[in-house]
Amino acid sequence: MKFSLTWLKDHLDTEASVEEISAKLNAVGLEVEGIENPADKLAGFKVAKVLTAQRHPNADKLQVLSVDVGAGEPLQVVCGAPNARAGMVGVLGLAGAIVPNGGFELKKSAIRGVESNGMMCSVAELDLGDDHDGIIELPGDAPVGTDFAAYHGADPVIDVAITPNRPDCMGVYGIARDLAAAGLGTLHPIAAQAVPGSFACPLPIRTDDAEGCPAFYGRVIRGVKNGPSPKWLQDRLKSAGQRPISALVDITNYVMLAYGRPAHAYDLAKLSGAIFARRAQDGESCLALNGKEYTLTSAMTVIADDNGVHDIAGIMGGEHSGCSDETTDVLLEVAYFDPVRIGDTGRALNLTSDARQRFERGVDPAFLDMGLALLTDLIVGICGGEPSEPVFAGQPPVAPKLIKYDPAMAERLGGVAIPEAQQRATLSALGFASDAAWNVTVPSWRPDVDGAPDLVEEVVRIHGLDNIVSAPLPRLDGVARPTATAAQKLERKLRRAAAARGNNEAVTWSFLPEPEADLFADGNGGLWVLQNPISEDMKAMRPSLLPGLLAAVRRNLDRGAAGLRLFELGRRYLRGAAGASDERLTLGLVLAGEKTARGWASGKAAMFDAFDAKGEAMALLAEAGAPVDNLQVMGEAGPQFHPGQSGTLRLGPKTVLARFGMLHPALLKQFDIDVAVAAVELFLDAIPSRKAADFARPHYAPPALQAVRRDFAFLVDGALPAGDLVRAIRGCDKANVVAARLFDDFRGQGVPEGQKSLAIEVTLQPGDKSYDEAELKAIAERVTAAAAKLGAVLRG
Amino acid sequence: MDYAASREEALARIAQAQDLDALEKLRVEFLGKQGSISGLLKTLGGMSPEERQSTGPQIHALREAVSDALAARKEALEGAALDAQLARETIDLSLPAPDMPRGTIHPVSQVMDELAEIFADLGFAVATGPEIEDDWHNFTALNIPESHPARAMHDTFYFPDKDAEGRAMLLRTHTSPVQIRAMLQQGAPIRIIAPGRVYRSDSDATHTPMFHQVEGLVIDKGITLGHLKWTLETFLKAFFEREDIVLRLRPSYFPFTEPSVEVDVGFAIVNGKRVLGGSGDAPGHGWMELLGSGMVNRKVIEAGGLDPDQWQGFAFGVGVDRLAMLKYGMDDLRAFFDGDVRWLQHYGFSPLDVPTLSAGVGVRP
Repeated sequence: MKFSLTWLKDHLDTEASVEEISAKLNAVGLEVEGIENPADKLAGFKVAKVLTAQRHPNADKLQVLSVDVGAGEPLQVVCGAPNARAGMVGVLGLAGAIVPNGGFELKKSAIRGVESNGMMCSVAELDLGDDHDGIIELPGDAPVGTDFAAYHGADPVIDVAITPNRPDCMGVYGIARDLAAAGLGTLHPIAAQAVPGSFACPLPIRTDDAEGCPAFYGRVIRGVKNGPSPKWLQDRLKSAGQRPISALVDITNYVMLAYGRPAHAYDLAKLSGAIFARRAQDGESCLALNGKEYTLTSAMTVIADDNGVHDIAGIMGGEHSGCSDETTDVLLEVAYFDPVRIGDTGRALNLTSDARQRFERGVDPAFLDMGLALLTDLIVGICGGEPSEPVFAGQPPVAPKLIKYDPAMAERLGGVAIPEAQQRATLSALGFASDAAWNVTVPSWRPDVDGAPDLVEEVVRIHGLDNIVSAPLPRLDGVARPTATAAQKLERKLRRAAAARGNNEAVTWSFLPEPEADLFADGNGGLWVLQNPISEDMKAMRPSLLPGLLAAVRRNLDRGAAGLRLFELGRRYLRGAAGASDERLTLGLVLAGEKTARGWASGKAAMFDAFDAKGEAMALLAEAGAPVDNLQVMGEAGPQFHPGQSGTLRLGPKTVLARFGMLHPALLKQFDIDVAVAAVELFLDAIPSRKAADFARPHYAPPALQAVRRDFAFLVDGALPAGDLVRAIRGCDKANVVAARLFDDFRGQGVPEGQKSLAIEVTLQPGDKSYDEAELKAIAERVTAAAAKLGAVLRG
Repeated sequence: MDYAASREEALARIAQAQDLDALEKLRVEFLGKQGSISGLLKTLGGMSPEERQSTGPQIHALREAVSDALAARKEALEGAALDAQLARETIDLSLPAPDMPRGTIHPVSQVMDELAEIFADLGFAVATGPEIEDDWHNFTALNIPESHPARAMHDTFYFPDKDAEGRAMLLRTHTSPVQIRAMLQQGAPIRIIAPGRVYRSDSDATHTPMFHQVEGLVIDKGITLGHLKWTLETFLKAFFEREDIVLRLRPSYFPFTEPSVEVDVGFAIVNGKRVLGGSGDAPGHGWMELLGSGMVNRKVIEAGGLDPDQWQGFAFGVGVDRLAMLKYGMDDLRAFFDGDVRWLQHYGFSPLDVPTLSAGVGVRP
C-alpha cells in the first residue's frame, strides 16, 4: 500500500517528519517497506525554456535547441522529440544527472557531430508516467532555472506492507487513524457532503444472492462528463502506483485507496433492465476489464442485468459496461460481499485485484452509505451531473461485536503494565467503545478483532513493544538436564562419524524428478507426487537418499571432480498408515570414482569398490551400536545395485539395517554418470536401540595369559560365502575361540577347479592355564569339524 | 722381544683397517686361536715365575691394547657404515604424504546442533513432526481456516492424496504444526524447539522451495511477551556470541499468535557484509527482519487439547539457513542444496567441532 505524505495529511493533521511517521508506522505494526523521495531521483533536472529550435544539420528527425536554464549562457541540446519547439518550457537533465528510468548518467556528448549538453526529458524518462511521445511541456509561467523536483512537488511516498488482518489499513484513512491513536497527530473526520437525489433511481437494484452479496447500494448519476481527473486526484493515484484513466474510474479507485472501500461505476447506457447480484450459472462467462475471459461457476457471485454478467462481484468489473469517455450516465455500485466467497472465487479464477484484496479481508460493512456519499460528492463535483435517489438493497452484517475485557490482561499476556485510563484512551482512539465494566464494542472496520487477546495487542502495540521488559524464563536448579532423545543422539553421532571417516555431508532436495524417484520406488507403496510442483525436477518425494546424492555426484563430476565421498542424513518419504506419510531417517552415502588419486608412491589412481561401501556401512553400524559381529551379509540390495557386487546387512533374516555395494551400471547411465559408484544406505529406524540404563560397562580385565594364534587353510566350494565359514569357526568353541580372521582367498594353481582355498587365522584365548598339546589338538578338531559341515576340507 | 714395537705395529694396522672384514682378519691374526698375541699368552705357561713376573704384564697389556683398539675401530667402522647407510636412505620429504580425506558437516546440521545446545541449556527439548502433513495440522489447527487469506501467504505444495480423515495432504509450510503435535502428545507445560525442513512454492535468489526452520514453543502458566523477548535475546546473544545484540519488536500478524510480533535485529555493514550487533538506529546501522513470533493464539492452544484459560505461552519461528548465512557468511541459499563438494569443503565443519557450551557453540575459521 503506497501513498504520498500529502495524501496522508489529507486525513491526519501532523507536523511529524516522514522519518518520524515511518518509525511510528513500524512501531504500531504497519511495516514500512520503503520511502521514495522523488526529489532524490530528480537531482540535476531543471525547469528550462527552449529559446530556439533548428533542424539538425545531419539528421532529419533531430533538432538543435538552445535552452535557457536560468543562469549562464543558454545550453545547446540535441533533441529528437517532435513537440520540441521554440518558446516551450520543459525539463532539462544536465550532464551528471541520472535518468530515473533506466538509471544511466547523462553526459556531454556529440550527437551526429553536434554537441549536446543535456537531455530534454519525457514523462516516461523521469518515471512520472507512461507518456513517452514527447518531452514534458510545462506551463509557460513555470519558473525557469528552478529544480524540477521543487517545482514538481517533492512529495515523499511511503510504502507500507499491510498484514492480511488489517483491511481497515488498506485505505490511507485507516493508516491515519492508527497514527493518530499512537499520538502522531489528529485524525480529520471524513468529509462528505450528502448529495440528495433529485429523481428516483431509474432501474431496479436488488440482490438475489443474500449470502454472497448481503447488501447492494446504488444510485444513478445522470449527465456526467467524463474526462481526465483533476491533478490532485491524479497525483494521489500516481503516488499509489496507479495509472490515472478517467475521472469516473479514478474516483472509484481513489475512494478505494483512501478509505478501503471498493466500488464500481457502470455505464448506464450499457445496462438493460434491472441490475442485481446473483449466483453465476455454471459455464457462464465474463470478459473482465483486464481483457481476459473468465468462465464462472455457480459458486461465484456476479452482478448482472437482464442480458448477462457485468461484473465478477467484488473482484473485477466487466469490459462491456465499464465507463468510457462517452459515458454520460453512470450507475454506482457500493456493495458488501461475503469475504469467503470473494476469496474462493478469486482463487478459483486465479484473479487478483485491489478490490478482491479488500473484500476478502473484510471491508467495513457500516461504510456503504458513506462510500456512496463520497463517490457521489466527488463525481458531481468533478464530472457534474445529477444524482438519483439512492437504492439500498439488502442489509450489510453490521451487528456489533462485544468483547469482555480485563485491562490486567495487558500485563498478564503482554508483559507490560499499562494504566487503565491509557488503555481506554488507546482503544477509544482506535474506535473501540468501552463501558465502565470494560465491555468493549469492536468498530465495524475491525473484522480481525474477536477476543480479549486482540485488545491486548491493540493497547500494547500502540503503547509500544519497546516498552516490554525482558523477563527470564524460570529455570531448574543446577546444570541443565539432557534433552536429546535416543534417536536424536543416534542421528548426531552417525552424522559426525560419517564425516570423521572423510565423507562430506550434503543436503539435497527432498523432491526429485519423478523418473529418478521411480527408479528407487521399489516396494515403498507408491511415491508421494506433488500436485503443484514448482518444476518437473522437483515433483516426487524421495523414496531413497541415493538419487539426490547421485544428482550431486553428476554435478560435481561435470565440474571436474574425480573422486567423491558424499553423504546425507535425512528422511525417505514412504506411505504410512491411514493415509499419512511414513518418514524414515536414513543415511545415504556415495563413493564415486577415484578413492585415491594417482600418486608418486601408489602409482595409478585407485577406484572405490564394493568393499569400501561395506567398510563404511560396518563402521557406521558399529558407531550406531548395532551388533556388527552378528550381522549377516545377504543379497537383495535392490535392482539399483550391481547384482553380483552388492548386499544387505541384516540382523536376523528380515531386519535390514543397511544395503551397500556397487550401483548398477544401467542406473548410473540414467544419471549420466560415467564412473563407478559404490553406495550405502543405512536405515536408522531399523538399528536396535541400546537399552543400558546405567553408565557402568560390563566388567573386563585383560587375560593374564597370552592368546595363541593358529592358521587353518580349507578347500571349499567356490560359491561358499567366506563369511559363512568364518562365522562357523568363530562359533565352534566359544570358550576358546575369541576371533577368526580370514587372510587369504585363493583360486588357481594347486586348488581344484570350482573350489577355492580360504585361510583363516584363529585366535585362542587360554583361561587360567596355558594350553597343552592335547587341548590345542581338540580345539583344532572342533574348528575343522565346524568347517567340514560347510563342506570345507582342511588342506594338508 | 720388543712388545712395544709389536704393539705399535698392531695398533697401526688396526687403525688402517678399512672395513669390518679386514678388521676381523686382524682380530684373528692377533687374538684368534692361532693368533700372534694368543701365541704369546700361551708362552706364559712355560716361563719361570720371575720371567712371568716381568713379561706377563707386558703381554697382557699388549693383548688388552690390541683388544681395545679392535673394539674401538669396530665401533668406528660400524658407525661409519650406518652413516653411509642412512645417507643412502635419504628421501625427499617435500614429497606429499598420503592424503587422508577430510570429511565435513553441513552448515545446516552444524547450526541445528548449535541451536539444540543453546536451547537445551534453557530447558528446551527437540521435537519433530512429519514433513508431509495434513492441512488440519498445518493450517486449520493453527487458526488458518480454509478460506483464510493467510493460506495464500503460504505458497503451499499439495499432494493429490487425502488421509483417512479426508484431510488434504501437503508439504508443511512451516514447523508450526509441531506445536500442535507436541501439545497433543505431551500436554503442558512444554518447552520445545522443532527444527526441520519446510517447503514453499517459491524460488528466486533468496528463496528456495525447500528450506529449514526452527520453531520454538513454550506453554506454561504466566508466560508473557516479556519471556518471549528475553528468550530471543538470550538465544541470539548465545548463538552469535555477542552481548550487543539489540532486538526491535514490531507488531505483526500471524493467525497462530495473538499478539503477534515480528522481530528485527540491529546490524552494521562491515566490509560489505552485515554484522549483527548494536541498535539498528545507530549511525551506520540498520534493522533486519529476523523472525516471527507471538503469544500462542487461544484457538491454537485449544486445538492442542489444552485449556487456554489455564495455559498460555509463546512461539517463534526462524530460518535456520538464514541464521547460518548470517553467522558464517554464506550469501547464496541455493548453494546449500547443491552438494558442490568445493562449497562443502569450504563452508562445512570438522566433525570434531561439536558445539558445546564450554567451548562456545560457534566455530571461528
